[in-house]
Amino acid sequence: MTDNDESLGIFAGTLGVARRDLLLAWKRPGDILNPLFFFAMVATLFPLAVGPSPEQLEFSGPAVLWVAALLAMLLSLNSLFLSDFEDGSLDQMLVSPLPLSALALGKTLAHWLTSGLPLVLVSPVVAITFRMPFSVTGILMLTLLLGTISLSLLGSIGAALTVGLHRGTALLSLLILPLAMPVLIFGARTVSLVAAGDGVAGGLYFLGAYAVLVLSFAPFATAAALRISNE
Amino acid sequence: MTAQLFASQLTLFRGERCLFTDLNFALNPSQLLLLEGRNGSGKTSLMRAIAGLIEFESGEILWGGISVRSNRQAFHGALVWMAHRVGFKADLTLVENLRFESHLRSQSKADFDDVLQRLDIDRLKRLPLRSLSAGQQRRVALARMLLSQVPLWLMDEPFTNLDREGRALVMQLTTEHLADGGMCIMAAHQDVEIDADVTKIVLQ
Amino acid sequence: MWKFIHKLASPPHFYRLAAQIVPWLVVPGLLLVAYATYAGLFLAPADYQQGDAFRIIYVHVPSAYLSMMTYMIMAVSAGIGLIWRIKLSHAVAAAAAPLGAWFTFLALMTGSIWGKPMWGTWWEWGDPRLTSELIMLFLYFGYMALRGAIDDTVKADKSSAVLALVGAVNVPIIHFSVEWWSSLHQGPTLVKKGGPAMDTAMLYPLLAMILGFSFLFGALLLRRVRAEVLFRERRTRWVKEMVLSGGT
Repeated sequence: MTDNDESLGIFAGTLGVARRDLLLAWKRPGDILNPLFFFAMVATLFPLAVGPSPEQLEFSGPAVLWVAALLAMLLSLNSLFLSDFEDGSLDQMLVSPLPLSALALGKTLAHWLTSGLPLVLVSPVVAITFRMPFSVTGILMLTLLLGTISLSLLGSIGAALTVGLHRGTALLSLLILPLAMPVLIFGARTVSLVAAGDGVAGGLYFLGAYAVLVLSFAPFATAAALRISNE
Repeated sequence: MTAQLFASQLTLFRGERCLFTDLNFALNPSQLLLLEGRNGSGKTSLMRAIAGLIEFESGEILWGGISVRSNRQAFHGALVWMAHRVGFKADLTLVENLRFESHLRSQSKADFDDVLQRLDIDRLKRLPLRSLSAGQQRRVALARMLLSQVPLWLMDEPFTNLDREGRALVMQLTTEHLADGGMCIMAAHQDVEIDADVTKIVLQ
Repeated sequence: MWKFIHKLASPPHFYRLAAQIVPWLVVPGLLLVAYATYAGLFLAPADYQQGDAFRIIYVHVPSAYLSMMTYMIMAVSAGIGLIWRIKLSHAVAAAAAPLGAWFTFLALMTGSIWGKPMWGTWWEWGDPRLTSELIMLFLYFGYMALRGAIDDTVKADKSSAVLALVGAVNVPIIHFSVEWWSSLHQGPTLVKKGGPAMDTAMLYPLLAMILGFSFLFGALLLRRVRAEVLFRERRTRWVKEMVLSGGT
């Protein structure tokens, strides 16, 4: 065991939960890979449906990648609290003296590291197939990086609200997608504008500011929702 | 003088059904509160409500004279809960699970190995929890209780899945905990032979 | 003050009070709508650009206004219910949601009908306010779907309240981002610096219609809350006594 300390840090609680979830993900790598395959699949569907015309692919690339990323995030959110709810770990977290919001933030952090970050890292590979220039790909990664943080945080609220409900998956999409519109709009449009040779700062500032805003309330909303759902 | 744990006028509903009204009880160090009743009489619901997971329709619980609702953190810092579901991750090993627990509530790490030895699970340390039997998993939940070193134990059907030896161990550990000045609220539908100051609540 | 609020929030008291208020909302509401309908159709001059097609704003603007207003009412009462545990407040939120969704739908439909002669298309993605109304409709659907998925009323109240509050934080941001996304719509004509940019013969019927819609909305909301309260309190003594004595 580690050194003997009696103090319980809030921050340590957040990291402890995140570390446990990362360890779990490590033991079940399929849970990380499935949303990535899904992302690649959706991105493949578009060219097949639209046709191989290079201009069209170049034009629709940012939008397709962003929509695919949004859907892939949604897919991974469903299971965020499900296993904790089913095996009783959630009960134990609820009776911990630590603030539940800190623990929920840990769950969200692990979720972002196992689903948001991999999407950011894989996106250049998919972007190449859409003939995206390297300079634009960098911006795409940056918008995805900022956007997926917001999506993880918003999604954790939805996952907490729907945990333990039947038909949870479809409901989760209905709850989260309208809230995620600003992220999609700014993410995809910023990349499109850059591809058209426009400025980039405004969109990135918005995505950053939005992530900070969501970070300021999402852990508390998630905690409240978890308490309610687990009654 | 008020009791350490004092519950007044508790009323609890599950959906439309009223489980009980105006339930009162008090608990002091070295005392055991035994909840009895048929299946579905609301023992588990009462336990969850005491732990703060369900809201009482009315009434309140005082811990050290202060309402639990306004002082959740102090109350949760003083209790450990052995629920129906053990609340461990099946994919993680015994040690990984207990190590995670140390982030949720303070643990005394000094006698970690002693506790595992006492519960006869020290040779299972490196195994993922899914490969343990249900009874062995209950013993790991007992380890969580012993390691946490808090005054209040909440035990919901602690004898489930345990063999005769395990049941005797639970009673032994509870007796020791009470002798040390601890408190325990236990829901059980079988006879409990614990030599202590026992209060019984029978739910209809 | 608190005593007054608690008395107001007590279900039997509210139930009786609401019944008394409803006629005071229905009558002026109907009168205003009747006046505005006549004035809007016959007294207001045709728009020099849009011709008679502009007259649909007499339904479109009040609906759009109420669709936003209802969301705010819903979120605020849900928040009050969550924080101060006032059950009546949750009943208001639950009763408001379908009304809000309906007004949103009306705003979308009238906007789309107006768009056909103006833009030559039933749906114009380039118009930010129609798009935000559409997202608004999804927000309402999400709220109602979440309520519908939870059997326990208390739990449904609390869960949907969290969602409504999170939604309320997001509504202005959604509007802003959709505005940024595109701008094809005509600028706001009602609220502008230095007074509305509208002929008074056109404006007064519109204001009357907004007011009339609001009155009728209030009456509908109260009726729905009464029904909601009656359903939630169906096992209590006052409801049984009232039903047995044949009262309403």
